[in-house]
Amino acid sequence: MESCPECASPVASQDRFCEACGRNLRVQRTPVGGPGAQWPPMCACGGEEFDADGFCEQCGRARPSARDRVEFVLPGVAGVSDRGKRRQRNEDSMAFGRVRGRGVAAVVCDGVASSERAEQASQQAVDTAADVLLTGLQSGMDAEALTTDAVVAANEAVSRLARPEAAEVAPSCTFVSVVVTDDSATVGWVGDSRAYLVAEAGAARLTTDDTWAAQLVAEGVLTEEEALTDRRAHVLSRWLGADSGVEAPQTVTFKVQTPGLLVLCSDGLWNYVPEPEDLLEVLPRGVPPIEVARELVEVALKAGGHDNITVVVVQLRGGHGA
Amino acid sequence: MGLDLAVEVFQNEYLPRGAAEVDAIVTVTATGAAARVVPADAAEVIIVDTSGSMGFPASKLAAAKRATEAAVDTLRDGVWFAVVAGTDSARVVYPRAGGLVAADPRTRLAAKQAVRRLRADGGTAMGRWLELADGLFDGYAGGPRHAILLTDGENQHESPHELSRVLEAVAGRFTCDCRGVGTDWQVAELRRIAEALLGTVDIVADPEGLADDFRSVAATAMGKAVADVSLRLWTPEGAGVVLLKQVSPGLLDLTGRRVESGPRTGDYPTGAWGGAESRDYHLRVRVRPADVGDRMLASRVSLVGPSGDVLGQGRVLAVWTEDSALSTRINREVAHYTGQAELAEAIRDGLEARKAGDVGRATAKLGRAVRLAHESGNTDTAKLLAGVVDVEDPGTGTVKLRARVADADEMTLDTRSTVTKRVRKG
Repeated sequence: MESCPECASPVASQDRFCEACGRNLRVQRTPVGGPGAQWPPMCACGGEEFDADGFCEQCGRARPSARDRVEFVLPGVAGVSDRGKRRQRNEDSMAFGRVRGRGVAAVVCDGVASSERAEQASQQAVDTAADVLLTGLQSGMDAEALTTDAVVAANEAVSRLARPEAAEVAPSCTFVSVVVTDDSATVGWVGDSRAYLVAEAGAARLTTDDTWAAQLVAEGVLTEEEALTDRRAHVLSRWLGADSGVEAPQTVTFKVQTPGLLVLCSDGLWNYVPEPEDLLEVLPRGVPPIEVARELVEVALKAGGHDNITVVVVQLRGGHGA
Repeated sequence: MGLDLAVEVFQNEYLPRGAAEVDAIVTVTATGAAARVVPADAAEVIIVDTSGSMGFPASKLAAAKRATEAAVDTLRDGVWFAVVAGTDSARVVYPRAGGLVAADPRTRLAAKQAVRRLRADGGTAMGRWLELADGLFDGYAGGPRHAILLTDGENQHESPHELSRVLEAVAGRFTCDCRGVGTDWQVAELRRIAEALLGTVDIVADPEGLADDFRSVAATAMGKAVADVSLRLWTPEGAGVVLLKQVSPGLLDLTGRRVESGPRTGDYPTGAWGGAESRDYHLRVRVRPADVGDRMLASRVSLVGPSGDVLGQGRVLAVWTEDSALSTRINREVAHYTGQAELAEAIRDGLEARKAGDVGRATAKLGRAVRLAHESGNTDTAKLLAGVVDVEDPGTGTVKLRARVADADEMTLDTRSTVTKRVRKG
């Protein structure tokens, strides 16, 4: 007998809604709006009193934001998002969900630091995209078309945040998503957030960055190595936002035949483990997705944590990336 | 009471990793209807030196009497006042019955008549003058309590220790502006009194200028609306106030005047405030460095009235960053007043070296002062410096000591070395 994730009442496997609390049992997802305004009750120093401006009455530090460290766990998919050690805010966002009997969808967006309200942009993007993806999963839509719809909707949502008088700093973010069904997975992206596939046979990067440097590598102007150190390495050539002009993501679809892990991440992680082999080397084996995500974030933090770090790990066919 | 104190903080809150000191200039400006607020029970005591030396020349005592009369005339109706004559002891010249009397046309006239009968005779013991004034102020705790102290000589008839004891006892009970007439008094001595009692010190080299000066001192005192305002500083755990200094209109170190008023909180006296005045304070706080990316409230600055009511508040912040473009930016207000404090120190060191006959050191220090005054646009101080040194190039601070310097010029420079040029806010 299963139980309702909301109220723990017993539910039958064919129930679409919980008889006790009315919760939709087919869809489980991370909270809309992210960790939102649930402030941690305590300062890092242990102080519990804050003044009207949110400064700790004991150690003076600004009250930590709920966004500073976010962990979400659902069956078979988990994510960790961390402010890192250098940035004042966590401008990354993540959202994911699963539709019983259909599959899993996950999104990671990285707010562009040079734009305004970047954390609002990334949160708005993941919420909008997750809505579209989960609704589409329920109705069994084609995953590639669904991914394009999600990007278009997210782009519109982020664009609405822009102030006409400040177009040059219009809120912007990157985008990477995955839709996993029984036998296939579709990855879509805009910008330089990445997806990696880890299986028994090895690891592979599924995305190509929408950056000027990556473009130059593709054109043979720069080598991969040169691109990593080039100052343009992170200058995006595509993003979501009022000034983006993006109409569709790049997508890739592949068959899922063996157990493995799919890792979505922001550049706060991959800066430290750029190559699939690097990722494979630090990735823990035989542990649930949340442990994998925590460990990868820890690797980035230990390496300096210069940027926000977000990692979402999706199990493929029950695999642990062994 | 209708007095609003607006608090503005000027600082660069960005610190490099591991940095622990946060500097800020805190500007406090009295605003609102306070300009027209008349406190019910303001009290004023005018203390005139009547030691023997005041009779030489006779014009000095005559000028002091005229100045006292001018100050009495400036007192608003209803202000409680008294006139004290100081020698090696102190006595109340008016009112005869002792205590304070409310100013009105009759009492002002009677006070002036009593002043005219003063004679010069006896020694100088300023501590006793202040003690007597303190007794007179007893029972007038509500409004601004202010004294004017005029002297022409050194505090010869009591020990420095005795004066210190009195200053410690009366500090915070009233404020006192000190004036030295002629050139036989000690700048350091009057400055000690003025600093302890949160007042000003100035020289009136020519007794003829005394009446105007007294009138303006009394007028300023009459403009005070609220007495006993404190600067309250909250700092985080493990942090401390390294310095708190009034830097405008004049330099006044308040660091040692802290009175604990709560957890991690201390009060520093600022005296009385008028309706239309503005002062700047330099605050330096030492905090425990937090991580890069962290934001901290390094100090909460409140202006607190006599009954504990908060009249204004500001925040000093600290944000640690790896971005050296942010952390190396020098705040111009902090830089300006750091320069003004250095200017005052260079003048004092230079004058001391000059007195000690150390020409090299005096030239270097006063040259440095000329340069700082020039760079900061402090033209008043630059002019006073030019009375003591020949300036060849103010830009580089190239100067020569003057062979002959009038005592009045040297004392004026010394006395006014703590008057700063106000920063032009950007």
